[in-house]
Formats: sequence, C-alpha cells, structure tokens
Amino acid sequence: MAADPHSLVAPYALHALDDEEGRTFEEHLAVCERCRRELAGLREAASKLAYGAAGPNPPPELKERILAQARGERENVASLPARRRSWTAPLAAAAGIAAAVAIGLGVWTATRSSESSALAKVLAQPGATPIPMGDRGVVAVAPNGDAALAVRVPPAPSGKTYEAWVIRDGKATPAGTFAGSDGTTVVEVKGHVPRGSVVAVTVERSGGVSRPTQKPLAATEAVS
Amino acid sequence: MTALMTTPPPAASSRELAHLSDESLLSLVASSDENALAELYDRFGRVAYGLALRILRDDALAQDAVQDAFLAVWRSADRFLAERAKASTWILTLVHRRAVDLVRREDRRRADPLESAPEPTAQTTAEDEATLGFQRRVVQEALRRLPPEQREALELGYYGGLTQSELAERLGQPLGTIKSRMFTGLNRLRDLLAQAGLEESLRA
Repeated sequence: MAADPHSLVAPYALHALDDEEGRTFEEHLAVCERCRRELAGLREAASKLAYGAAGPNPPPELKERILAQARGERENVASLPARRRSWTAPLAAAAGIAAAVAIGLGVWTATRSSESSALAKVLAQPGATPIPMGDRGVVAVAPNGDAALAVRVPPAPSGKTYEAWVIRDGKATPAGTFAGSDGTTVVEVKGHVPRGSVVAVTVERSGGVSRPTQKPLAATEAVS
Repeated sequence: MTALMTTPPPAASSRELAHLSDESLLSLVASSDENALAELYDRFGRVAYGLALRILRDDALAQDAVQDAFLAVWRSADRFLAERAKASTWILTLVHRRAVDLVRREDRRRADPLESAPEPTAQTTAEDEATLGFQRRVVQEALRRLPPEQREALELGYYGGLTQSELAERLGQPLGTIKSRMFTGLNRLRDLLAQAGLEESLRA
C-alpha cells in the first residue's frame, strides 16, 4: 500500500502502525522536517492521554527491581552494545544530519544548586540550557558562561587524550582534557562559554595541545 | 593543562534532585546517575503503571512494560538530549510503546478497551491523590468533548493498542478516514487541554 507518508504521522504518534508501516514512516521521518515538527506536537498531545488512565499505585517492589537492574547494567556498561536502537534513533540521526538546525529543547530551567556533579551544578543554575552534541552527548551552559559536558566516548588510546574547546569567531580556546570511559564522561568545561560560541571535542596527543589539530568528533551548535 | 574530573561523578542526593526539572534529571540519567532515575520514577512511575495496566489489563505484564520502559530511559537518555521533546512526553511515549508492543505480542487486546481504568486507591498522600485525580478528570473531560468518532479512534488506538488497519476493519471505515480522525482528534485534544489552561498542571 503506497500511502502518503505524511498521513502516517498521527497513527505513528499513537503507536497505531504495524511494524512495517512504522519502519516506512521512520525512514520518511529522517528526511522530513515537517513531519518531525508535527510528530513532536502530536506526540505531546498523545502522551497526555496517559493521565486519563491514571489508576492505582504500582507495587513498591517495581521501583526496587528497576533500580537494581539499572545498577547492574551500569556495572556492566562495557559489555552493552554502544548504540541501542530505539524509536528515537531516526530522530537522533536526523538531528545529527541537520546539525545546523536549531533544536528547541523546551524549558530546561533548574531551580536549585546541586553540589555533586559538574553537570548537575551547571544545570542547577537558573536559565541553564543543555545543548546536544549530535548524538554523542550534551553540553550544559549556564547564563554566566559556566559549562559542563557529558559525552559518550571510549577510553582514549594510549598517548592520546580528548580535549574540549570553546570556539568563538573561529578561534579555539582549550577547555580541558579528559580520558574518556566505557560509559559517559562528565567534565567541567574550563573557562567561559559565551553566547555565540561552540563547544567541541577533539582527540589530541597526551597532555593536550594549544590549538586543535584534528577535526571535532563532537560539537554543539552555537550557544544561544 | 590538567586532566579534568572523569566519570562517574558522585550522584546528587535525592533532596537536591527534587528541585530539578524533568529534563535536567534526564541529563543526569544520561550520565548514569541512579538517584536521578529514581526521582524520575517517583514522578512518572504511577502514571506509567496506570497506562500500562489500562492497555494490558494484567498486573504482571503492566509491571514488565513499566520496567522495560524505565530501563530504556536509563540506557538511552543520551538520545533524548538530541531531541526536542519534553522529558515527560519522551518517557510516557516509551511506556506506551512498550505496553502496546506487549499487548500485541500477547494478543491481549480486549474487545472493549474503552472501559475505563480502575479508580485510584488511597495508597499515597491526599495531595498526590488530588493532583492525579484532577489530571485524570481533565483528560477524560477533554476526551468527552471530542466528536465521538474522533474520541473512539484515539481511545481504541491509544488505550486499545489497535493498529490503524485493525481500527479501519473494526469500524468499517476506509483507512484514510481513520488516519484523519486520529490526526484531527489529537490536534483537537491538544487545543482543548490548552484552552482549559491546564497545560501546567499536566507533566506530559
């Protein structure tokens, strides 16, 4: 059946497509900005229907089971496939392709300081915004220029390091080095991340360098 | 230049997390912060379970769906960051997807998925109960105000787990009609919820 793929957006938002129709639509979605926009709105409406079914509390063991399994997976994170396919995959791919397209992530305002992780600290500042680095991770930037990045990169090969950069007006300033890990690495971005700048990560020789010698393996859009 | 701190960062305490937005919590989940996952579960676990139970009509299967969905949140929170959705939408979409997948696999779809969910029981605080009850009424009222054929398409699709083709067959309507009822119905539902000025009261 050769239906107009645009017309599948509402059934897709309701998960009312069979597997094959779903795949067809996802392929379309990866190349159709209009459908991605429309899907975002319809999906939001559809998810509100969940509240119409609100009922009894789940048994308390359910939470314990979920957390125990999550903990176990983190401990075995190296054995997990690096990329898991989910319904978000086409969108993530599309976001990667359309890196120049501004992505509105909604309201990411946190209200209170959390002392613990570099990322939590930045996100806890009022007006802090997370900016995706393609599908590699995210940089959280606070209005005062404080920033932290969470990026998924494997341990750097021997003799190499990852180096973060703040790039503004074509000029790259070193913003710290880090080793990478089997999970997600969270680091503070050294220095100030002003509006209009881009945060990028390259692989450099151990100890870091003063200007990037490699192409970025991850980069944000310009900080707004 | 000095090497910076690497993961895992010490997890934030639950007291601190209670003040973070859903989206901020998801970024912490992406950095493997288990307390952030627990906090998200506290915020959405009950709605998730209610939804899964409505679709699956079976406690064990509903728990499976919720567990799968929250583990998917745990594993793929970093993907969420590249999207433009609200965290609540993303999480409840995952729950819905799991529940629908399961109901199709188990072929447990009922003849009458329109029957409403069981009433909430008094296991939580009165405040939680009041909030949830209010949100539930808001959505049910918005559904009631839709033209019946649109409401039927949304309910059979979303709560019933029927595909568009199954719906077309069941209702004896062309596929195009079903698609357009879903499309118009969802848009109208969004308008009705917005008109009621109740956007803020719903996390989704």
